[in-house]
Amino acid sequence: MSVVNVRLAGTGGQGLILAGLILAEAAARSHGKNVVQTNSYGPEARGGASKSDVIISDEVIYNPKPETIDVLLVLSQAACDKYCGELSPGGAVVFDSSGVVPPPGLKAMGADVTGIAVRELSNEIVANVVALGVLAGAFGLVSAEAVESAVLARVPAKAKDLNLKAVRRGIEEGRRIRSEMEKK
Amino acid sequence: MSGAKRGGIEVLSGNDMCVEGALAAGLSFFAGYPITPSSEIAESLSSILPRRGGCFVQMEDEIASLGAAIGASLTGRKSMTATSGPGYSLMQEHIGYAAMAEVPVVIINVMRGGPSTGLPTKAGQADVMQAAWGSHGDYRTAALCPSSVKECFETTVKAFEWAERFRIPVTVLPDEIIAHMRENVDTRCIAEAKPFDRLKPGKPPEEYEPYSYEISKEGAAIADFGRGYRFHVTGLAHDATGFPTNDPEEISRCNWRIIEKVEIARSAFTWTEKFMLEDAEILVFAYGSVARTAKDAVLRLRAAGIRAGLYRPVTIWPFPASEAREVFREARKVLVPELNAGQMAGEIEKYLTRGCDVEKINRLDGEIITPVQIMEAAKALHGRKKAQSSD
Repeated sequence: MSVVNVRLAGTGGQGLILAGLILAEAAARSHGKNVVQTNSYGPEARGGASKSDVIISDEVIYNPKPETIDVLLVLSQAACDKYCGELSPGGAVVFDSSGVVPPPGLKAMGADVTGIAVRELSNEIVANVVALGVLAGAFGLVSAEAVESAVLARVPAKAKDLNLKAVRRGIEEGRRIRSEMEKK
Repeated sequence: MSGAKRGGIEVLSGNDMCVEGALAAGLSFFAGYPITPSSEIAESLSSILPRRGGCFVQMEDEIASLGAAIGASLTGRKSMTATSGPGYSLMQEHIGYAAMAEVPVVIINVMRGGPSTGLPTKAGQADVMQAAWGSHGDYRTAALCPSSVKECFETTVKAFEWAERFRIPVTVLPDEIIAHMRENVDTRCIAEAKPFDRLKPGKPPEEYEPYSYEISKEGAAIADFGRGYRFHVTGLAHDATGFPTNDPEEISRCNWRIIEKVEIARSAFTWTEKFMLEDAEILVFAYGSVARTAKDAVLRLRAAGIRAGLYRPVTIWPFPASEAREVFREARKVLVPELNAGQMAGEIEKYLTRGCDVEKINRLDGEIITPVQIMEAAKALHGRKKAQSSD
């Protein structure tokens, strides 16, 4: 695939804009891809719908806003309801299995994003980094090494361990949902 | 985030690269009042500038912000402010002042949806006319519309050069999409930028007159306060020394000077991109973020057998008049997509030949004009019979 349009969507404050940026950095720095990352958010600081779009391409990217989405990650029901209709033919949605129910008839994969962050890592704040790992693990958008180093480059020293655990656990979860999808 | 040592590929925003451009140009004074979608510029500079021996001041409002930047510039510091629509409206008072008093200063106005408070987090391109005509009275200024993250850097560096060289206020106008989008950028351009330092007067302080220089394409010298030179600075019509005057001859000289010094150098301001124009049947005129979707549309139209091309001004003011006249001479079908109700479409009508068919695409909802919208309009225009003569 020479162009992939990725969207990370949820509620303002979940850190998805940062996750989109880290994905873009991993693709550009480690894989030499062209990337464009754009956001949409409301005037409020928290709450409200939030989305982060990342275009990863071998070609020069002119249009900064994707017209359809190849890989959609949703961490809220509202985001799921709003954006599933924008999936490209063959596009896939990854939803947070603790709380989001996707509409029927889609290539949908449930990942335990919030569950891993809250129960295993005792910190809901890293759900965005788990989600990032899931995207890398399930779709190979960027390599495990690329996403790990991009995460580490973005977090303060005292949070490195936690974030490394989060991204690695996310990659593992991503690989699990991938193989489940392939079995179907 | 910004201001670090650069050298390789990084993923940066338009606002990040406006900051890098200003620093590479030699910025040493910033006064501003944060406003979405420009706040990241003030935020970054508040931490970078003091560490570099520069000065950052958060002012009480936008009027004061530009006033402070003008004052700092008079001491020889390269000075700037950054804002968005509502703040840019407030700054118009001092833009006229900088034009009249001939003080170099750079304003970055990240265009969001308007009017009034409008759409703080969404894009617009409706400040393009304001950038030329926003302050009262007659004056000439320059404004640049970047279309990529890298171009945010290049246009900001250029804005400083023009401000310093011609003693004028210059505005950089990224729209919200360009300011907030992030792209991979080869940051080696940062070290390669060549800052321009303002021309110095060739006369000793006792003979110096700030407003009697010869108008030239090379620009105008200005003395720095604090280096032995002193002169009077006012927004009133003034004579060669800077003091107010009621003499019609001196008033006329003062008012024509601020127009002619830009007009004489008009061609030096011309910065445009011509993309697949040679054989184009449909000419798309677009700038900023919309020029990107227009380029996408041009390629897809060509793939569908319609010869489209893009003419993109980077400098929108002074408008690239003589080049535009050439480009539009043969154009028969012109498409103008923009995130306003048709501001630049009105401007280019001056340069079109009779019988040229013009179609506008305008959006005021804060969203970008899509390639599909442009393609559909282009196909309709392409299929339309030869336009009727307008008289």
